[in-house]
Amino acid sequence: MSEIPQDLRYTKTHEWIMKNDEGTLTVGITDHAQGLLGDLVFIEAPEEGTTFQEGDDSAVVESVKAASDVYAPVDGEVTASNEALEDTPEIINNDPFGDGWIYKIKPEDSGAFDALMDAEAYKELIESADE
Amino acid sequence: MGKRTPLYDMHISQGAKMVDFGGWDMPINYGSQIKEHNIVRSDAGMFDVSHMTVVDLTGDKVRDFLRYLLANNVDRLKNEGKALYSCMLNEKGGVIDDLIVYYVKDTFFRMVVNSSTREKDLAWINKQAESFAVTVTVRDDLTMIAVQGPNAREKAHLALGADTAAQIKNTAVFFIKFVNDSNMGEIAVARTGYTGEDGYEIMLPKEHASTFWAKLAEQEVVPCGLGARDTLRLEAGMNLYGSDMDETITPLEAALTWTVAWEPADRNFIGRAALEQQREQGVATKLVGLVLEDKGVLRNHQKIFIDGLEGGEITSGSFSPTVGKAIAFARVTSNIANTCKVEIRGKQLAAVVVKPPFARNGKSCI
Repeated sequence: MSEIPQDLRYTKTHEWIMKNDEGTLTVGITDHAQGLLGDLVFIEAPEEGTTFQEGDDSAVVESVKAASDVYAPVDGEVTASNEALEDTPEIINNDPFGDGWIYKIKPEDSGAFDALMDAEAYKELIESADE
Repeated sequence: MGKRTPLYDMHISQGAKMVDFGGWDMPINYGSQIKEHNIVRSDAGMFDVSHMTVVDLTGDKVRDFLRYLLANNVDRLKNEGKALYSCMLNEKGGVIDDLIVYYVKDTFFRMVVNSSTREKDLAWINKQAESFAVTVTVRDDLTMIAVQGPNAREKAHLALGADTAAQIKNTAVFFIKFVNDSNMGEIAVARTGYTGEDGYEIMLPKEHASTFWAKLAEQEVVPCGLGARDTLRLEAGMNLYGSDMDETITPLEAALTWTVAWEPADRNFIGRAALEQQREQGVATKLVGLVLEDKGVLRNHQKIFIDGLEGGEITSGSFSPTVGKAIAFARVTSNIANTCKVEIRGKQLAAVVVKPPFARNGKSCI
């Protein structure tokens, strides 16, 4: 069973979202997602200043097996991108909810975080997909 | 539910992630494809390849039959036990399948063909075999396990035990040896593989598959899935049937001209006339190796651009753990020079054209 931290929010496309003190959100892919993808070998993270609408292709994660899009969980502007992923994409496999974060985004609507799926709902989602 | 090999329960107990592979439930990896890949380049890994089809051909005219059936010439096999890689072609020169044929003795050759092509291969072989009175026996009673890597043979010897090891240890590269094993009965050990490393492909009675797999595991031979098998064969410059060639592609368009035995000129094999015509006229497309210079991953069906014009596509692409870059085979127009562009998500990235293999015997060739 993959890990699902309680304090994070989730999307049905397997991104996780963390609320930071300065009003930004950190975005990554879940343990479940990295497990499905397998060994990651290339990450295309968005540049600082890029703006997204919710659901836009915001990053690409590629494993030996397949390429997968990472969708923007909210409308907003990218404030930071995890540069370490460029040379060591496997961080996402090793620490998907920590050092394997992909980018930070400043949401247009400060309430957007609370509208996202919580850990319980995400757990149900992946359990129902496994059946 | 797909078809299961005798090792299915073993794979599950070892934590394999199973996928559908041409109707078979097969392990894609046991956790990390890259670790499995690297262990085969540096130590020893094992693959369940029981889904492949083992076909025994027997009869007085079996050699004549194979001289006609295959584009490569079995007369190149002078010594008992020697193996030959060949394509089996249709009349148009298209590849029905690629295979390995082992010369056991003058009245007995063993062939190993792909699993995805099983039914059409058997239909074709049986049809052609009739006029040669060759008996075609599919060996579904056998399991095949590939043990590959620089330490694979040594570890396999330990797993097989001293008596069998003594009989197989002098087997030369690309030879097969039949042995009566005291535990398993008749087994066949071939010094062949699909990884670019030394090792064996071992054919043994099904009922002994799990026990033997466990013995290999005791020698710390690491189970490896089809994912690693694919990146290993790609690095080793070996084609995959269905991706790099099929019935619409001839060996000359699939970088397999070396497997076509043109001499002697009077050997009539299926597809010969078509191939000769193509050889004379020249091919419009060919299969080349690519290494991506920019960051990214090459994938099947990405488009190739040569001097700004679309000029082909990738047939097998992946990240190469040994080279540390993305590599691929691509079918391209024959005018390709040393570089090209590959379109990945709307961007054109630079790639260089290389002659495979990309890696062999543990090392990058790039």
